Amino acid sequence: MAEDGDVIVADGLLKRFGEVTAVDHLAFAVHRAEIFGLVGPDGAGKTTTLRMLAGVLTPDGGSAVVDGCDVRQQAEAVKGRISYMPQRFGLYEDLSVDENIRFYADLFKLSRAEREAHAARLLAASGMGEFRQRLAGQLSGGMKQKLGLICALIHTPSVLLLDEPTTGVDPVSRRDFWRILYSLLSEHVTVLLSTSYLDEAERCHRLALLHKGRLLACDTPAELKRRLHGEVVVITSSAPRAVRDTLANADGVSSRVLVGDGVHLVVDVASRRIPELEQRLRNADVTFVDVARSEPTVEDFFVSAVQPDAEARP
Amino acid sequence: MEDAGPSVAVENLVKRFGDFTAVDHVSFAAARGEIMGFLGPNGAGKSTIIRMLCGLLRPTEGRAFVAGLDVAQEAETVRQRIGYMSQKFSLYNDLSVVENLRFFGGMYGVKGAELRQQSEWAVELAGLRGHEGGITGELSSAWKQRLALGCAVLHHPPILFLDEPTSGVDPISRRQFWELIHQMAASGVTVFVSTHYMDEAEYCHRLALIHRGRLVALGTPTELKRHALRGGLLLVECAPLGEALEVLAQAPGVLEVAVFGNALHVVVHEVAPAIDALPRLLIARGLGCTRIEAIMPSLEDIFVQQIGAQAARAEAVS
Repeated sequence: MAEDGDVIVADGLLKRFGEVTAVDHLAFAVHRAEIFGLVGPDGAGKTTTLRMLAGVLTPDGGSAVVDGCDVRQQAEAVKGRISYMPQRFGLYEDLSVDENIRFYADLFKLSRAEREAHAARLLAASGMGEFRQRLAGQLSGGMKQKLGLICALIHTPSVLLLDEPTTGVDPVSRRDFWRILYSLLSEHVTVLLSTSYLDEAERCHRLALLHKGRLLACDTPAELKRRLHGEVVVITSSAPRAVRDTLANADGVSSRVLVGDGVHLVVDVASRRIPELEQRLRNADVTFVDVARSEPTVEDFFVSAVQPDAEARP
Repeated sequence: MEDAGPSVAVENLVKRFGDFTAVDHVSFAAARGEIMGFLGPNGAGKSTIIRMLCGLLRPTEGRAFVAGLDVAQEAETVRQRIGYMSQKFSLYNDLSVVENLRFFGGMYGVKGAELRQQSEWAVELAGLRGHEGGITGELSSAWKQRLALGCAVLHHPPILFLDEPTSGVDPISRRQFWELIHQMAASGVTVFVSTHYMDEAEYCHRLALIHRGRLVALGTPTELKRHALRGGLLLVECAPLGEALEVLAQAPGVLEVAVFGNALHVVVHEVAPAIDALPRLLIARGLGCTRIEAIMPSLEDIFVQQIGAQAARAEAVS
């Protein structure tokens, strides 16, 4: 699956911690200038994978090449080509925003002119221009994450590795964050990030869905959604539990999830099942607003891909 | 469910810290068995409202009633009627499942035979039967989360507060968790959820959007998606994305542009003329446009727009 132009190639990547296989023969490739997501719940192996790619953790098996450098043979060289932002990025809380930026710029041996130009652009893009003198410890969670990103990007790396960069960040700051990531693509930066939020996965160009250290699937969000067996139907109702219970054992329905004001179903053929479902609800005298086909989400695909495993569990 | 009065009623609630107004005349009511979500950025005032409802902070002005009790007058009693589960699950990792349950039960004043009985019930509820003696630190995050819920509801509180309860949990466990919450709501428990994840917001019956201490929108997820967006939302597949974004952001009638994977989400004043005009504009600039269609906004689109509008208004005033 590796092609010319792939900046990160993981092949059979393996990491064990005692009895636990944290990363289990993982293989994927990331193209230049794309935003690639490692997506999965806590414990899926996201952080371990990123740490191996960053050259800070040695794999027990398999190989990984990052921007032409083998992470096992050339771990030091890898570190020069990437910028890695771990979940807890090392900001100095008693230094100001500007001082933190200067510290990282010095670490990467930037000239003053380069530093000023990069910092001004990044601060403006993240809406933090007016906070340059504020102590990092006094920033909100979202602003700390944005400052971490600014520090990680103060030199223009070939590859940017971000571990759950938007955890705990509110939606408005999250949009700023993504805007900065997309703006990097014109500079041919390749971005690999991890997230446990499946709605955020939809923003990546391509993603690898991870579960218990293994790769469930790797593709674009649109293609993953197309792979879902069946179609999604949403019933809007003020009595979602009654709807769900009335439709237990309904023909052609493979999944029923209760949401706040309705039920989210996966059915075999929506056009055929919608009239049947409506009829069944009317017969049972259950109130509903409407029954409509809806676009599947990455979560729908994830659940359908993991389900056989889940049913086997106690 | 025959209780007529609301389970929680808040009237013109205000909390000031010095010159700073953290909560600014907020009013709402939640019925028994309702799951109500609080959405808002960090520092919006969500946790200040929740702390007042829990009887941990005294309101500066206005009133709040929880299970019929005035939180300012009967803070102590209010605290016995609520359960609280935080995002970081404050469990003792080196204690066993049952030891954690006993510890939290003791804190809520549940004792003796009742505590044993309630612990059994909570073990059942959390699906931890057979793991009672297991060390909490060795449980998976989904099980820890269910144990934390068991600890929070051990004393059968009529009101339950959840703070980003399913952050980082796999989607199947998350669905099971919400199934449990919906069951509890159906049995009459009123549930408040504080989150900024739209995945969690979808599971709430109603959502209150909080920004700068104010309630800026209130409705069911569907009501918000169908009616709360000013203008319409278009999905535009075009290339190259970066240049298309610049062009569309400047186009007349466009309110907001955001990148979503291989496409743009564009909020416009009016859908019909934009579907006609935007592709022509892109093509005139030498850019491709392969698809444009109106789509249902997500809760995040609503959230970002409401907060943007509030921020713009606040700047205009100051």
